[in-house]
Amino acid sequence: MMEAMTSGVPAIEVRGLTKAYGAHQAVRGVDFTVARGEVFGLLGPNGAGKTTTVEVLEGYRARDTGTVSVLGYDPGNRSAQLRSRVGIVLQSCGTYPHLTVAETVEHFAALYPAPREVGEVLALAGLEECAGRRARTLSGGQARRLDFALALVGDPELIFLDEPTTGFDPGARRAAWDVIRALRDLGKTVVLTTHYLDEAQTLADRVAILQGGRILAEGPPDALGASRYRVAWRAADGTAEERFTDDPTSLLAELTAEALARGERLEELSVTRPSLEDVYLELTELAA
Amino acid sequence: MGAAVVPWWGVAWRQYRLERRMFWRNPSAAFFGVVLPLGLLAIFGAVFAGRDEDLDVIVPGIAGMSVMSATFTSLAYNLTTLRERGILKRLRGTPLPTSAYLAGLAGNAVANAVAQVAIVLVVGHVLLGVSWPGDWLALGVFVVVGVVCFALLGIAFSHAIPNPESAPAYVNAVFLPQILIAGVFYDAEDAPNIIHDIAQALPLTHLVDGLSGAIVDNEGLSRHWVALLVLAWWAAIGLVLAVRGFSWEARRER
Repeated sequence: MMEAMTSGVPAIEVRGLTKAYGAHQAVRGVDFTVARGEVFGLLGPNGAGKTTTVEVLEGYRARDTGTVSVLGYDPGNRSAQLRSRVGIVLQSCGTYPHLTVAETVEHFAALYPAPREVGEVLALAGLEECAGRRARTLSGGQARRLDFALALVGDPELIFLDEPTTGFDPGARRAAWDVIRALRDLGKTVVLTTHYLDEAQTLADRVAILQGGRILAEGPPDALGASRYRVAWRAADGTAEERFTDDPTSLLAELTAEALARGERLEELSVTRPSLEDVYLELTELAA
Repeated sequence: MGAAVVPWWGVAWRQYRLERRMFWRNPSAAFFGVVLPLGLLAIFGAVFAGRDEDLDVIVPGIAGMSVMSATFTSLAYNLTTLRERGILKRLRGTPLPTSAYLAGLAGNAVANAVAQVAIVLVVGHVLLGVSWPGDWLALGVFVVVGVVCFALLGIAFSHAIPNPESAPAYVNAVFLPQILIAGVFYDAEDAPNIIHDIAQALPLTHLVDGLSGAIVDNEGLSRHWVALLVLAWWAAIGLVLAVRGFSWEARRER
């Protein structure tokens, strides 16, 4: 019934959000919308304001100005209804060291009105083999899986992941990505902060690039900067040439016509769309 | 909305059960909570064997110390650890009501305090031959007031402790001097004036005094209203500081 009442509303709507810590302006007027069922990435270097933005949405921080709506609620009111529909994976966060993994998940399950089954959550997070182990004996990657499990156990509609794979080895990162993909397949809305470009590129349906508390660009990772194509080739004298254009078709026609007229070949000719990395580096360097 | 929120009592009860389980699994908590008071009682019982006057000081003294260690010491230490490990912040992100959480924590502290006082009384009676408490009502009142006072002071004190590593040093800096001068191990009336005067300002002195009246002297509550007043005064200070300084997040983050 709740679904029907709120399904037309976006999962998250942020307008003109600002937040300062003393003299430091961490977030300077941020707007974005996250649709239901979307994986939304907040990408940016350390100190860009990602965590502050997400912690306002999670209800940990009071905003200075702007409006924020999460599943139709104002997170600043810290309503228990909202918290029972949201799962949170914080950047660094401990668990009870003397409890086993299964006991920890069971305990948190009991805090929610309609939890997922504990065994199912352990399987989803890849923790079945660790179920009987005390939390203090877990490796960093396993502890992170427990973080995921605790965020999922309440069967939330919306999940916040704040730098979920920072400090992971490549294997653990892949495993975490699989969990996040599984969440998307379950129809969950996911808000992910990261400073890893490949993570945003791989997982997010849409990303916002944040720097100095402002959003520099926003859109699907493949479409960001898509209007600028890079055409590269090696000239007859051996020097590498490149040109950028909005219209690669006419540029290619021009280049090839000239080359044919001179009786040359355009060696190593390539047309590429800029990667998220190119866009990110260009934008963050311009803004810095 | 249907059952959109889990019932308060169910959550508080589960938190209490969880705290009990973790208490027994944490070797240092179980040691300081159970073995230490019994060990002290055994040692002083042996030293003072047959000297009824001294035994009558030791039993209420160690009962008072147990109340303080079960509440002040364990809450100051545990809350610092929970805060700095980020467990409090994690709980803050769940639908767990703050009041139910604190009720579970407090219930655990009360259970420890009551169990320890009971153990001290039983051992004192059976092994050391100290008579059963003369005034059960006064005993109950002082245990309850002592628990409330020291639990609030423990929560307040956790705000001053920067990290779990330094928590034992901070807690012992308050706990040890107090049990030494508050008349836990000797009759506070015999102490030099300066120590006696300092001790009179401290809550443990008055808790031990009240417990002594209830257990040994059978004096009733009316003789000890000053002690109750001092404990209430400290409880009020504890309450203000506990609420004011409370932080769900680790110091290193802010």
